[in-house]
Amino acid sequence: MLQPKTIIEQLKKCGITHVVWLPDSESKFMYDAMQAEKDLGFIPVCREGEAFAVASGLWMGGKTPVILIQNTGLFESGDVLRGTALGLELPLLMMIGYRGYMEMKAGKQPFDTAAVYTEPILNTWGIPFHHIETDADTPKIAEAFKQAQEISRPVAALICVEYNE
Amino acid sequence: MRRDEVLQTLAKHRTNELVLTTMSVAQEWPAFSQSDYDFNALGTGMGHLPDMGLGLAVACPDRKVLILNGDGSMLMNLGVLVSIAHTAPRNLILFVFENEIYEVTGGQPIPGRGRANFAAMAKGAGFAHTFEFAELSAFDKELPNILKLDGPAFVTVHAGSSGKPLSTKALPVKAAARALRDALTRVQR
Repeated sequence: MLQPKTIIEQLKKCGITHVVWLPDSESKFMYDAMQAEKDLGFIPVCREGEAFAVASGLWMGGKTPVILIQNTGLFESGDVLRGTALGLELPLLMMIGYRGYMEMKAGKQPFDTAAVYTEPILNTWGIPFHHIETDADTPKIAEAFKQAQEISRPVAALICVEYNE
Repeated sequence: MRRDEVLQTLAKHRTNELVLTTMSVAQEWPAFSQSDYDFNALGTGMGHLPDMGLGLAVACPDRKVLILNGDGSMLMNLGVLVSIAHTAPRNLILFVFENEIYEVTGGQPIPGRGRANFAAMAKGAGFAHTFEFAELSAFDKELPNILKLDGPAFVTVHAGSSGKPLSTKALPVKAAARALRDALTRVQR
């Protein structure tokens, strides 16, 4: 079980000011919960690559953004991830919906190849990552945020399951 | 119009606005401005300057953010027009320098040359104000009013290449981003 409430608590603990995101199938309940949060700015984008550039602008303006996208969108975002989050050495927490992870973990054939390429891609970019599967894993979100600040690079929290109410 | 004339006019009317540039403009704007509040983005991911400007505009609501984009760059990321119009920062003005070619790669025509209309796209996306200029005198006359508008606003300037080489040495992008962040957070402190 992974509840939006526990994730939002972690984001507040990190001092996150803005969530830049594009909805995915893992995050419906997160969307509903975040809409109710008055302390977080909420910036929707039309394509995931925009999220990295918007986050860069927020950071240059002194804010502390997090991006929330799916692994498929991460693949789409290659050049802007290179040019902004990595190029600017942005201490950015990336929350990535990990489509296909549970099937892959169970040894089943995933719906598509998204899960297969996720960790190899992150390794290629040199982006550390952490798996978030249940509420018990959510402290890793704050740890990932702290790691991003320490190494001045993006760090990914991989959301491995759909959020539940 | 020539691009250098447009930039010179912009520099004349600019006061404390943040100015973000990319591609050819990023190499030429420093010939007209050396401000702590300039960000000349080279290599940040082509097409994504307007999104950076959106983030900056949200982070700094008390400052106007002027984004100087190219037409080829705009074509790479048209969806951001909708993203900007949705969040609708009142302090954002997006300029597109339309020369109808990919200048830095040798002058190949952009797709939609002579048919696509950027100001119409911005209007359709939901921008509060859109403008289009082909004459320098009209741009010079209207720009002070545009800078005072509640945005987001969109401005197409039909401008060919500059009359002379204006290449300047830009800061590496990481240093430029950190310099701007330092300047902005110093003000906030």
